[in-house]
Amino acid sequence: MSEAVAVETQESRWNRGKVGTLCLIMSETTFFSIFIVAYLFYTGKSLNGPYPVEVLEWPWLATACLLSSSVSVVLAVKFLEKGVIPIFIAFLFITALLGSIFLGFTAFEWYGLIFEHGLTIRTNLFGSTFYSLVGFHAAHVTIGVLIMLLILVLSLGGHVRSEHSHRVDMFSWYWHFVDVVWIFVFTVVYALPLWPPF
Amino acid sequence: MIGRRDLDLAALARVSACFSVALLAGAAAAAEPGGQGAVQVPSMFAPASTPANIIADYSVLVLVICTAIFVVVAGLLAMTVVRFRSRPDDDGREPPQVYGSNQIELAWTVVPMLIVILLGLVTARNILALQKDERPEGWLPVTVIGHQWWWEFRYPEQGVVTANELHLPVGRPAFFDLESQDVIHSFWVPQLSGKTDLIPNRTNHLWMEPLEPGVYVGQCAEYCGTQHAHMLLRVVVHSPGDFERWLAHQRTDAAVSPGVNAGRHLFETTACVNCHTVRGTDADGQFGPDLTHLMSRATIGAGVASNDRAHLIEWVTDPAHLKSGARMPAMKLESRQIEQVVDYLLTLH
Amino acid sequence: MVAIDGPAERHASARPWTDVLHDWVATVDHKKLGLMYIGSGLVFFLIGGIEAAAMRAQLAVPNNDLLSPEVFNRFFTMHGTTMVFLVGMPIITGFANFVLPLMIGARDMAFPRLNAWGFWMFLFGGLILYFSYLGSEGLYGAGTAPDVGWFAYSPLAGKAFSRGNATDYWILGILVSGFGSLSGAVNMIATAFTMRCKGMTVRRMPLFIWMTLVVSFLMLLALPPLTAAQVMLLFDRFLGAHFFDTQSGGDAVLWQHFFWFFGHPEVYILVIPAFAYASEIIPVFSRKVIFGYAVMVAATVSIGFLATAVWAHHMFTVGMGKGLNIWFAAITMVVGIPTGIKIFNWIATMYGGRIRFRVPMLFCTAFLAQFLIAGLTGIMLAATPFDWQLSDSYFVVAHFHYVLIGGLVMTIFAAIYYWFPKMTGVMLSETLGRWHFWLFVVGFQLTFTTMHFQGMLGMPRRIYTYPADRGWEILNLITSLGVVFQAAGVICLLLAFVQAVRRPQPAGDDPWDAWTLEWSTSSPPPAYNFAEDPEVRSRRPLWDLKHPEDPDWKYE
Repeated sequence: MSEAVAVETQESRWNRGKVGTLCLIMSETTFFSIFIVAYLFYTGKSLNGPYPVEVLEWPWLATACLLSSSVSVVLAVKFLEKGVIPIFIAFLFITALLGSIFLGFTAFEWYGLIFEHGLTIRTNLFGSTFYSLVGFHAAHVTIGVLIMLLILVLSLGGHVRSEHSHRVDMFSWYWHFVDVVWIFVFTVVYALPLWPPF
Repeated sequence: MIGRRDLDLAALARVSACFSVALLAGAAAAAEPGGQGAVQVPSMFAPASTPANIIADYSVLVLVICTAIFVVVAGLLAMTVVRFRSRPDDDGREPPQVYGSNQIELAWTVVPMLIVILLGLVTARNILALQKDERPEGWLPVTVIGHQWWWEFRYPEQGVVTANELHLPVGRPAFFDLESQDVIHSFWVPQLSGKTDLIPNRTNHLWMEPLEPGVYVGQCAEYCGTQHAHMLLRVVVHSPGDFERWLAHQRTDAAVSPGVNAGRHLFETTACVNCHTVRGTDADGQFGPDLTHLMSRATIGAGVASNDRAHLIEWVTDPAHLKSGARMPAMKLESRQIEQVVDYLLTLH
Repeated sequence: MVAIDGPAERHASARPWTDVLHDWVATVDHKKLGLMYIGSGLVFFLIGGIEAAAMRAQLAVPNNDLLSPEVFNRFFTMHGTTMVFLVGMPIITGFANFVLPLMIGARDMAFPRLNAWGFWMFLFGGLILYFSYLGSEGLYGAGTAPDVGWFAYSPLAGKAFSRGNATDYWILGILVSGFGSLSGAVNMIATAFTMRCKGMTVRRMPLFIWMTLVVSFLMLLALPPLTAAQVMLLFDRFLGAHFFDTQSGGDAVLWQHFFWFFGHPEVYILVIPAFAYASEIIPVFSRKVIFGYAVMVAATVSIGFLATAVWAHHMFTVGMGKGLNIWFAAITMVVGIPTGIKIFNWIATMYGGRIRFRVPMLFCTAFLAQFLIAGLTGIMLAATPFDWQLSDSYFVVAHFHYVLIGGLVMTIFAAIYYWFPKMTGVMLSETLGRWHFWLFVVGFQLTFTTMHFQGMLGMPRRIYTYPADRGWEILNLITSLGVVFQAAGVICLLLAFVQAVRRPQPAGDDPWDAWTLEWSTSSPPPAYNFAEDPEVRSRRPLWDLKHPEDPDWKYE
């Protein structure tokens, strides 16, 4: 085979992994922005209930889990950089666990909304914008958890070493992005309806 | 290696000049103001209404500015192409390499900026003049409802409902409420005003002030499905007296003529009444055009055919024949029944 | 330069066709992928052109019945969608793919496998779209392509008014092929930022690279909103959501805002590569350095930023308030300033030069004149009251074809004649190229100059026929006639390709006496591009080599 894979010519401050991840995050930001704009635009415009103030409860625990998972992932990367693999695995596992608990809370919330309050994506504008925005966020969390599981499996097999820490760092940037999106979702979906001017 | 035939600019210039003159002459000849019967060119540069006048004057200014820019820049390009092409006797040396010039860059940044500022201010002024909120004394309210693929016109103050043909009085501003029953349409009669869209779940506004009696044509200008091409508009501008007479006539119930009882009976007992209204009878359907004064209109099917017996028979037999995809189904009547119905329709003046 | 496995070796070994096919299908090499992108784009160009020719045949005379309204509406939808997503996007990605790593002295793109994935996603998306002709169930039975226009306004594109699956093919085809463009953008940025050869600071990058970067950032910013809007439309159509469902309080204009927030940057994504090709070709054939490099960079970057702020000039007729109309008119006119500056800089590059009117330069000169007109008609459309007459008429069709054909396609033709020798080692026939140029330009002018007048005389767009009594007949006939000449021109290009195979004229490494790094490799370049990592001291490394007594780095 006359073709070989590209090799980085120089390790600059900006390596291709960092740039690529930032580009991905930029594009995902604009993707989520459209769903947030749609949610804000349709706030208060549903022709029939259920309405947000009637059915939503503040997801305190879920939020706490997700935000603290950002801390644990940072710690995971730090320990991988130092080469302390077992602690790295522990913190990565904690991150995945916290992410999964978040997903569990989402599932629980959706179960209640659908079966107790009768709110589905087709019920009204609130339903359409809520499920799509929160759903896409949850999908991104799911993808993150799956990636972490993959890394965990590879680590348990001894394939992940400290020289790979920059790759897990790239993942942690994605994970932080998912967290930041949640902060926006939380503000727009849960906090705003309960703010007097709204 | 230099090409055998370089740009023959003289020949090119001659050809383009002839072509442009022919084109402009053709277009100018075609752009006569509206008149009945003959070619009716809906040119934005043959305005017959106040807003259309404002737009036309403004547009000419924009055209003049853009043409001036074109002449200058294209002239520069042409001059450069002619003067600096490599000649056969070129010694192959590279010309002096000029990397840039801050002064020149500044100059050709500032001048366009000034042009844009000027144009921006003129544009803002004209937008404000055209998007009026306040309505002058004696304005005529009209509601336009867009359907796939016909126009419903309502004169709310007079309780008149008609379709596809709009009648207006000369010299009196008419303000339109634009609505849609289904998808997005756009109301465009170039000689009378710019276009505005009809969007479901929203009311848009448009105004006209026709200045000359006559017939003006236009059509839907937002793709709305299969027969978007046949959602034509006819606007008849009357003297004030004629307009009042037309309006009064439209307000009356449907004419009851002798000799068409069979057709009337068929119309009122088959599905026709589900979609069409004929005021003064039991027919009060809302899905299709109001037929009370059908024969006061020049065309049927929103302009797809002229309004006469032969076309009416074709339409009632199977609308898809004249306008494929039309929402009105073929009524599956026998040809004798169809003739009876059409004879009835022909009495609805 | 030593070539380790040049074309000679490949022919001599007479490999089985399965091997060659595998090479191409499994490749991650940016050069092969670039050629595949361009090749596929050209195939779709022919298909889109046939759709256009059919429409113009229908419109040549009034009240024609060559095409039914159903077929015509599908054709204009597919023509637009094809040309934007399956011709424009892949061809610009293809050229960037081939040229960018070579121009910066790199060995390949930053993510070669992502590159390959992107190509196949694009192709798959195109096949999904075209499968609709065979497989989708539209309102009128099996085998109907989408017919909602390339921008699929709601509620026409919703389930109520577009029954069957035709519109879903439109959504999915674009969604899938969009991943190709997006991955291409990520690759371009990562490669240009991290893999430039020694000495190539950002201020020494060729303009082609700068412009590719602006395009790539715009893609990252503009494509996801389209994806989001299309996902919302899919939710409406399949899950009963109400994003654009006016019967449930949804807003039809919201789709337009989302679509054009993508759509306007999209047209800059399509046209900035035209600027990139012109910025490389015009200096070489004028024998002069580009005039005002820094200003060209600044102008392109500001166009990139401004492009994201002007989208609602496509929506002047939806009934926005005065303030919004004024803002969008003003900001759209402002974007004309950096664009105009670029035109001046190109002309200034030619001025004082020794211009060689070879085929690439012929196309670039036509580009300058035509893009000037395109920009000016753009100003006319930005002038809101003027737009209230011109919007949705043939004037708009004329304007954007002037931009996309008069601008982009012309420079794509230029780029083909310019880089084909580098890609294949063979020149394209100069004679056929000149025939191509003149036939195409004459046809283009006949068709699209005339169209401006049809718009000003009140002819709306997307109508499958028109009445005989509106004075539009002659103009439509001339417009349709132009198609014949354009088709003849394109046939000349195809003949030139054939001739390049049957009677190849070897090109050598640097047939145009050019100055950027790709011309220092063999034609075609070896798989590894550069035997040794290059090192540059200026924007025109080959100029420095050829003129050691007067190198660029003394003046930059």
